[in-house]
Amino acid sequence: MSSYVVNDMSILIGGDAGQGVESGGAGFALSFARAGLHVFAMQDYRSRIRGGHNFYQIRLSERPRYSHSNPVHLLLALTPESVALHLDNIAEGGAIVFPDRFQIDEAPLKERGIRVDALPLVRIAEEHGNRIMTNTAALGAAAGIAEFPFDYMESVIRDNFARKGQEVIDSNLKVASVAYELARRQYGSDFPYKLRPLPEAPKRMLINGNEAIAMGALAGGCRFMSAYPMTPATSIIEWLAALPREYGVVTKHAEDEIAAACMAIGASYAGARAMTATSGGGFCLMAESMGLAGMTEVPLVIVEAQRGGPSTGLPTRTEQSDLLFAIHAAQGEFPRIVTAPGTVEQCFEAGWRAFNLAEKYQCPIVVLTDQLLSSSLRTLDMDAIDFAGVKIDRGSTLSYEELERLSDGYKRFEFTETGISPRAIPGHPKGTFWASTDEHDEHGHITEEIENRRRMMQKRMRKLDEAEKEMQPPSLYGPAEADVTLVCWGSTYGACREAADEINEAGGRANALHFVDLWPMPSQEAERALRACKRTVAVEQNYTSQLARLLRMTTGVQVDGTLNKYDGRPFAPEEIVAGLGLAESAKSGSAARR
Amino acid sequence: MVTRLDPKTFDATAEITWCAGCGDFAILKALKLALADLGIEPYQVLVVSGIGCGSKLPDYMTINGYMTIHGRPLPVATAAKLANPELHVIVTNGDGDSYGIGGNHFVQTCRRNPNITQIVENNQIYGLTKGQYSPTSDKGFVTTTSPDGAIELAFNPMAIAVAAGATFVARAFAGEPKHMAQLIAEGMNHRGYALIDVLQPCVTFNRVNTYDWYRKRIYHLEDEAYDPTDREAAWAKAHEWEERIPLGILYRLEGFPTYEDQVATLEGGSPVSRLLELARNPRPEQYERLKDEFT
Repeated sequence: MSSYVVNDMSILIGGDAGQGVESGGAGFALSFARAGLHVFAMQDYRSRIRGGHNFYQIRLSERPRYSHSNPVHLLLALTPESVALHLDNIAEGGAIVFPDRFQIDEAPLKERGIRVDALPLVRIAEEHGNRIMTNTAALGAAAGIAEFPFDYMESVIRDNFARKGQEVIDSNLKVASVAYELARRQYGSDFPYKLRPLPEAPKRMLINGNEAIAMGALAGGCRFMSAYPMTPATSIIEWLAALPREYGVVTKHAEDEIAAACMAIGASYAGARAMTATSGGGFCLMAESMGLAGMTEVPLVIVEAQRGGPSTGLPTRTEQSDLLFAIHAAQGEFPRIVTAPGTVEQCFEAGWRAFNLAEKYQCPIVVLTDQLLSSSLRTLDMDAIDFAGVKIDRGSTLSYEELERLSDGYKRFEFTETGISPRAIPGHPKGTFWASTDEHDEHGHITEEIENRRRMMQKRMRKLDEAEKEMQPPSLYGPAEADVTLVCWGSTYGACREAADEINEAGGRANALHFVDLWPMPSQEAERALRACKRTVAVEQNYTSQLARLLRMTTGVQVDGTLNKYDGRPFAPEEIVAGLGLAESAKSGSAARR
Repeated sequence: MVTRLDPKTFDATAEITWCAGCGDFAILKALKLALADLGIEPYQVLVVSGIGCGSKLPDYMTINGYMTIHGRPLPVATAAKLANPELHVIVTNGDGDSYGIGGNHFVQTCRRNPNITQIVENNQIYGLTKGQYSPTSDKGFVTTTSPDGAIELAFNPMAIAVAAGATFVARAFAGEPKHMAQLIAEGMNHRGYALIDVLQPCVTFNRVNTYDWYRKRIYHLEDEAYDPTDREAAWAKAHEWEERIPLGILYRLEGFPTYEDQVATLEGGSPVSRLLELARNPRPEQYERLKDEFT
């Protein structure tokens, strides 16, 4: 082979749960990040601890990547099943690396131009370590075939196995290097995709959405988190719980999501910045807490990492089907904020900004993410996580000095022009107050009096008007003028952005209109942005096009078409490009959905 | 030295909506007495309640009062205490709120041992919804939702609290507010979770468990040679009901660490005090090293 494709490929590791697909894949991804490559890595797994097909997909490039891409150039098959399942995605000239003891019918593969790279991976693992290191052997072989220098793998192996002792490090290194050399010698020259380190590249982090949210929350002053474990949100509280003690974050694994949300409310009422995190099922149990926080005007931050519903649905998979639920959860009418970051960077910002919004408007805020965003890893420049740029704005929360200056008869729920009342933290002699989920007067005392009810409803709801003023308008990616605009929210940004790039590189004209702030909807800016588009297609990871419905409700604008995916697997850019021709007319309401 | 306060310090102006003769009046009085005796100022107290007649109690006294939702005051109160351990945190709620809809939170709180005090206004009936049977209604109790008599066995809060690991388990009677005040004060002095279940007649809807019904049965553990540190004895006392009903401290375990005592991250500052400090001086550089784990 004379012409190689350098630093532009996807690697897929497939195997059973328990074979180290995820841990091996994440370590492998880190070795590429250390080599200066841009990485997008996602895991696909089932709701079981052992067994069942899992895979880990790593996309590598010299420029930032925002989503996975369907063509796979190197398939590492740790089970025979992995070959069959991913065969259709293998790009021309791509290769399958697998243990030579698998019975695989090679002829049809070779017919399609796929390289079949059988290697004694199990034997290498057993000879130099043990059978469990077969994944290490496969990764070593992959690096060898792509001629990616072994040093980067070695550094990650040393770090990742450091806690397990020198013997484990040494045997993993031996297994990896033997497989590396054998694969490089045997198959390297035939394989057209190569990975080369970029020594000039800056140091980067490899980080997922949950980690970025947790970091943002920490920097934003969150020192209390209560949660009940639920995939895919769990790693947020795990990350905060594992922090060094001196950061002083109190975490509480509660008895259920009801208690988790109520604990966050209790801590917040007492004056802490407190959060909880869950997925849709847990958020159902938090609906009453949304009302509690809304009615008593206690700041509350809930991260809702969506997964496939309804009910238990697809527990480990992605979906964007809780948008309208988040906007409407709980009885009655009260202000709340809903925001959906689309990238890891936006997750970091959402992590701290949520507390500012919650404290400023004294209401609940839901940060909507999903399985894809919460658990996919992306490389970020070190300064993309900018702690110095984090602001702690507690709004009308009264300081000790301000409390000292209060006259007697402090009114926690004072009628004000903005609807925002000065908020005391309990524990100061001048700031004693009542708060009640029953309708109440300015002091917080229960009352059903008509005029007070009217004024108190108006006071609370005015906060929503205030909040709308600072909601971020949708952002436009790509050329200002386009033939098609992909309208999206939250994590679908990545695939839409890549799809727009693909269309534009092929000579078309496409852009993506991305919504992060969804409630209160910045309706004027949203309407202006939508009306400026030639043809709009709402691309959503749900069945009912919930953003499109929300936009119609808040702006009166009907998108021209919708593209939906609800199989729990994230949109690939190629699917969006292909789907645009098929995008159903939103007006027809027909059911030609994907 | 504790400076006693005038119980009137805790009076409030809100209109009290309880029925005349309701046992809740005695609980309100006892709580004010206990706080006054302990010399705790209104601003140092947080009373968290749920929903129901008894949960209106915080509205009727001057303290920080948080009337939350049905069944949930315990997690709210537990976290308020964790966020600011300097607050004296009290929960008041009814038997339906605490033992029915909030039953899991109740059991978890017993084994969790936060340094809070819970006063349950136990009238064995749902009053605010006008007379349905409650978790503590005796088997056979006839109400609008149990026309043939309640089928389930009554929930035994004393036994369940002892079994679940509560470190202070007491019972009071609304007909004896001074005795109740002493128990509340002891509960608040106890380091750890304290449960004071108050037998509190509902004069409108419960025509069985009346003041007289209770008076015929109650006796005081303090009057007997009873050792509340004996868990086996407490277990036996917790099951006395039909003929004789013990009042007083059934079980007490001192010196057991509270939940907050065991939270390492509370050393050096509470979430509330740390945030006040961060709002003044955010020290962004303290987080930089956290990026290393991702490189």
